[in-house]
Amino acid sequence: MTLGYLIRKEFKQFFRNPFLPKLVIAFPVMIMLVIPWIVNMDIKNIRLTVVDKDGSSTSGKLIRTLGASEYFILEDVTGSYPEALRQLEKGRTDAVVEIPGYFEQDLVSEGRTQVQISLNAVNQIKGALGSNYLNAVCADFFAENFAPVSVSPVPAPRVSISVQNKFNPYMDYKNFMIPAYMVIVIILLGGFLPALNIVGEKEKGTIEQINITPVRKTSFIFAKLIPYWVMGLIVLSICMLLAWAVYGLSPHGGIWTVYLFSLLFIFALSGFGLIVSNYSDTMQQAMFVMFFFILVFMLMSGLLTPISSMPRWAQVITWLNPPRYFIEMMRGVYLQGCSLADLSHQLLALLGFDIFFGTWAVMSYRKTR
Amino acid sequence: MAIHAESLTKRFGNFTAVDNISFSVEKGEIFGFLGANGAGKTTAMRMLCGLSRPTSGKAVVAGIDIVKDPERIKKRIGYMSQRFSLYDDLTVSENMTLFAGIYGMREKDIAAKRTAVLTRLGLYDERDMLVGSLPLGWKQKLAFSVSIFHEPAVVFLDEPTGGVDPVTRRQFWRQIYEASERGITVFVTTHYMDEAEYCHRVSIMVDGHIAAMDTPSELKASLGAGTMDDVFYMLARNAERIG
Repeated sequence: MTLGYLIRKEFKQFFRNPFLPKLVIAFPVMIMLVIPWIVNMDIKNIRLTVVDKDGSSTSGKLIRTLGASEYFILEDVTGSYPEALRQLEKGRTDAVVEIPGYFEQDLVSEGRTQVQISLNAVNQIKGALGSNYLNAVCADFFAENFAPVSVSPVPAPRVSISVQNKFNPYMDYKNFMIPAYMVIVIILLGGFLPALNIVGEKEKGTIEQINITPVRKTSFIFAKLIPYWVMGLIVLSICMLLAWAVYGLSPHGGIWTVYLFSLLFIFALSGFGLIVSNYSDTMQQAMFVMFFFILVFMLMSGLLTPISSMPRWAQVITWLNPPRYFIEMMRGVYLQGCSLADLSHQLLALLGFDIFFGTWAVMSYRKTR
Repeated sequence: MAIHAESLTKRFGNFTAVDNISFSVEKGEIFGFLGANGAGKTTAMRMLCGLSRPTSGKAVVAGIDIVKDPERIKKRIGYMSQRFSLYDDLTVSENMTLFAGIYGMREKDIAAKRTAVLTRLGLYDERDMLVGSLPLGWKQKLAFSVSIFHEPAVVFLDEPTGGVDPVTRRQFWRQIYEASERGITVFVTTHYMDEAEYCHRVSIMVDGHIAAMDTPSELKASLGAGTMDDVFYMLARNAERIG
């Protein structure tokens, strides 16, 4: 059968490529082993400069408390506020805490005082979290040292809120992101490699010899798709194995759900890559077009930021984004233990994309111009 | 008749690459399709192969209408492009097997025929070498063998001997004669006028038209030229499109 000859050809070419087989193994291993340790939304190591105008034992104690916190690095203690601001401007420090004169005296005699915090909020997340941490550390400090001193004459009723985190009890960012990294690996390999494939044959001229044969378009396109299917499943298996062995994460909702979805997702994605390849005249062109779409795929899939906090119009666009459904499945199966029955909506969506992209990939391959 | 073209025309925007050409080629004939660069040879050939749709006019190749049924033509023809277009990263015999398989030959038949063809070519010992590592002359001979492996009715050769040394060119033409003797019609473009002499009949294209068409000896006699080189020069020097 023609398809058999073509598939054999694709596999031989893939394995004879000096680079691709290594990439397909090394890429998921690198991403899974390295990235989860680097990318972290917890803000640590905020550099702090303290302006101590008081110089009392209480202010000294406060400074030591701040320095001991794992969130802060005490850069400098100075007596001059302008000097501290200069450091902030030059980027040598992230936050300035000013302890006013008569700090200790005010605390003792009046039971209240003020500490001023100036932050570099260019990095908004770092700024916001930094000020929260500083507030928290200062509040703790006062509570511990001046507990009897009440701020208001009538003690306010104390409300304590206890938060219980479901599904990811320790709020570990790694657990949340590892399924997402698997998706990123699959998107990059399963999207770029097919996009560069057919256009590569155009550049080499070999497509001419194929176009002159009576090969059926469907056979040619499926012979291109099937190897990426196999490759994608191997990549996925490497990722899942590492997630389990290194991070202790396993798909609670069932391993076969993940594989079933992956089959559908890789097919849609590689189909899309082949469409781009069919319309491109050079590898460079295909590469840039793919960059554009992959960026949109990743930023609008809920992979990095939640879809629910996107504007309404953007949420509507995400319905047209295949990775959205795949990432929902991955997080659902890994973190919540969703089973296939809970994910029928996502399954149907991906199936729809398969039919759409598969048909389009075959149609857009033109043997006659 | 193997090829019959009538008023075949191809326009790209305002540019008329092939302007109203008509000709016929007999079965088993070696038909030389000459012309300066940019005269429209490759465009005409691509239309006859079903790779490009004519703007107007019609043509029948191996009994099949090129406009109505470009895919069915492809079963009956072979094609060798100007650019080497076999797979560099497949071996000699893998390339042969792949294309034979695409043309629907059976695995058993392929293996037997492959051995025979490679032996005749003198490439049997190189059958497991990657095509990319072969010298150009060998590649061209292999590409020709692949293009006629499935015994097409017509084979189109687009400048098959460009950049090939004279000895290999001679061998290449011996292959062409063998194919012609087996009844395969050969439609060949070339810039080498000594090769034009080997053709049964030649046509010379100038600016998208066919300026002359006859046997090489008749052409020389009618223009009073000593060689095909002179014939070509006399016809093509006034061309406006020299590229």
